[in-house]
Amino acid sequence: MKGSVIALYGGILLAGMVAPLVFPNYTFQVAVLWMMILFALTWDIMGGQMGYNSLGNILFFGAGMYISAVVQISMVFDVGEYTAAFGAIKIEFSDAQYFTGIFLGIGAAAIGAVVCALIIGLAVFGLRGPYFAIGTLGIALATAELIAGWDYVGGGGGISMPVFPGDPDVRSLFFYYMCFAAAVATFAFLKWLYSTRFGLAINAIRDNENKAEAMGVHTKRYKMVAWSIAAFFLGIIGAVFGNMVGFVEPLEVAFPTITFGIFMVAMALLGGKGTLWGPVLGAVLFHLVKEVTWTYLLGWQWVALGAIIVINVVYFQQGILGWAAEKWPERFGLIVDRGAGAGDGDEQGEAQPGEAAS
Amino acid sequence: MSNLIDVRGVSKSFGGVVANRDVSLAVPDGGITGLIGPNGSGKTTLFNSIVGTHPVDAGSIVFLGEEITTFSVQKIARLGLLRTFQQTHIYGQMNCVQNMCVSVPHRRERLGTMFSKFPASVYERADELLEFVGLYSKRKLLAGDLSFGQQKLLEFAMALMNEPRVLLLDEPTAGINPTLINGLIDRLKRANSELGITLFVIEHNMRVIMNLAEHIYCLAHGEMLAEGAPEDVQNNQLVIDAYLGAH
Repeated sequence: MKGSVIALYGGILLAGMVAPLVFPNYTFQVAVLWMMILFALTWDIMGGQMGYNSLGNILFFGAGMYISAVVQISMVFDVGEYTAAFGAIKIEFSDAQYFTGIFLGIGAAAIGAVVCALIIGLAVFGLRGPYFAIGTLGIALATAELIAGWDYVGGGGGISMPVFPGDPDVRSLFFYYMCFAAAVATFAFLKWLYSTRFGLAINAIRDNENKAEAMGVHTKRYKMVAWSIAAFFLGIIGAVFGNMVGFVEPLEVAFPTITFGIFMVAMALLGGKGTLWGPVLGAVLFHLVKEVTWTYLLGWQWVALGAIIVINVVYFQQGILGWAAEKWPERFGLIVDRGAGAGDGDEQGEAQPGEAAS
Repeated sequence: MSNLIDVRGVSKSFGGVVANRDVSLAVPDGGITGLIGPNGSGKTTLFNSIVGTHPVDAGSIVFLGEEITTFSVQKIARLGLLRTFQQTHIYGQMNCVQNMCVSVPHRRERLGTMFSKFPASVYERADELLEFVGLYSKRKLLAGDLSFGQQKLLEFAMALMNEPRVLLLDEPTAGINPTLINGLIDRLKRANSELGITLFVIEHNMRVIMNLAEHIYCLAHGEMLAEGAPEDVQNNQLVIDAYLGAH
């Protein structure tokens, strides 16, 4: 690896490590930024690399959140009784119980989200193109409504998560580093994944699924695994975010289809879908614009975000990195045939007229 | 010589249009078989039926002694029965070498190998086959940036990469520069003789098919009109009438 690349990775890791110590007031904001990066990266597995634009990935985020909530509470108390009391019951968790619970909860959330992905995948992978997008969106919206009507998990009233045992500053640092670690792990995993034959196979599905089928690629298996990977990381971050916010509720926190659910698509498109760094770049820019407008242009924040999406979709659909790759292809390892006469004629020297026609 | 593919009494209609009516043919192992017929005579429909793109209305298709009539496209491809398309189907956003690598035979693939890297032998084979079709100098270019003719050559190389038992070629010379056609015929023959791949070719160009095939079937209006050695089919009055119109 080149020195500049090592410096880039090292710089980002170091910045991520010290950010909450240098800017303690922004710990929550930067933690959400790491979560946004994870959102965009996981959306891009399907949307960018495989060409399946899912609008329902937020489902796995919410599923992870609810699964961890149920697992954590059921360790010491009956979940139905707890939610029926609408917060009247305060459970005391010992340190050991809390930390065992949260890590078990995150593990269960990851596995549970993968199971959801496999089950839903069986149903939706018969759909392609816009039908897939609408189908997944419908499933995410329906799930939110179903959860809102399920009393065992608190229905529309939600669930209060176990309270972090310790100082609030330690609490925010703890969750910050969880988000940071999840995003970094996701990036590292995807960087490796895209270098294997899996990466090439899902690119092939994106470019021409009929051809991939005709060549015998196990397209269904690749699609299921790709979606499960996205679900795995979304389940983890869902469990972390639920605990970080401290309160889980179906429509705004667990299944925010019109905010996080759309943001993850917009961020990946903005940065450049189908690239590794595009979603990261898009997430950082999008989150910055979002927070700045929220702070200084309150009332116009949705207009600003909408304008970004419109400009992105109308004027440069390939995103920032995609645009850069077109402008400086060599810097991206792409080789372009600049010869003006690059047509059929190039191999003519090899054709031997008359030989086969005899 | 045993038959690799046996098509027995296959019929296929789309609504009221009968594309294939009771078509039977055999593709012998190791040979080159041709399929000709005027536009709209049901040649591509027959290919689609064989590789499982759509279910057939009646009849059966046997490959290597196994009934494959109801198998999916992928399963049939993994058995070693591969087809190329009339319009080029390549992976446009990937370069030629990547197109080749992803075309390795998938019949041996397990969950574990999904996440492995390609061994060096795969890259060597990809380079060899790109050299074979004359695209070696273009190997780092995006496949989508190649010309139509080059894409057809790439698609042919990808098919060879897949190590099929039999290759169904749908108009391999359509849209290719006439000066390149002889080179392509030569390569098809070499794929057959050197790599041992049985070929089953749809072709409109009579000069090509007469040079290439050992046995030719002729379809017209979805029905089998004639079959036989190239010169017999060429001189068959029914075939001439079907192409030029009978008086």
